Amino acid sequence: MKIVAVCGMGIGTSVLLKMNAEKVLQDLGVDADIEAADIGVARGAAQTAEIVLTSQELAPEIGDVPAEVIVIENFFDLDEIHRKLSAAVR
Amino acid sequence: MALNLAEELSSIATNVAASDWRQAVRHAGDGLVAGGVTTEDYTDQMIAAVEEHGPYIVIAPGVALAHARPSESVKKGGLSWVSLASPVEFGHKSNDPVSLVIGLAALDHTAHIEVLRAVAGILSNPDTRSGLDAAASAEEVRSLLARAASPK
Repeated sequence: MKIVAVCGMGIGTSVLLKMNAEKVLQDLGVDADIEAADIGVARGAAQTAEIVLTSQELAPEIGDVPAEVIVIENFFDLDEIHRKLSAAVR
Repeated sequence: MALNLAEELSSIATNVAASDWRQAVRHAGDGLVAGGVTTEDYTDQMIAAVEEHGPYIVIAPGVALAHARPSESVKKGGLSWVSLASPVEFGHKSNDPVSLVIGLAALDHTAHIEVLRAVAGILSNPDTRSGLDAAASAEEVRSLLARAASPK
């Protein structure tokens, strides 16, 4: 499964999100590749991804993609990421 | 083995006055410049990023992670820490107002993963977080961060 974690500039928030999502997926026992991307390349990467993780502000910028777009409010909150990811991967 | 964030921070400022989000981000930028991490252009880029994409940098309640793309304005990777005297609105739907702005500069997309991991770990702990919010000096912040990094 391919997941893209998106942020505005590619060095901060997407990496954080990728890290925490990897932890959650490990807990869930799900095998997936998570790519951290900035909004510029995310649209392209999202074409072949199952899930896109991003923040509320950036979700509309991703546009129409086949992937499921999941909005995360608090990038530090593993419970939130756990809840939303487990609903999506089941 | 946790990374001691206190050693990674190029500057720490507490009780900083900022009248709006641009000033708050500018303070974080000033901290990076003071630490020799970035040039002043980077500060403008961090502000422009929010103007373009909205307050997506407010990644958790009360915390903004200001940053911009790797470029010639970044001399080396680094972090600055700005704790605000009074919280500031960034316009984020759920995580406003912001009381802590962390300025982040990295040379590429994978650098600083360990540092971000440490930041995430520390800020996810409610006790450490409230201690950090209340810290009145840079020394206090450093010792709280060092304590959080040491194994229990």
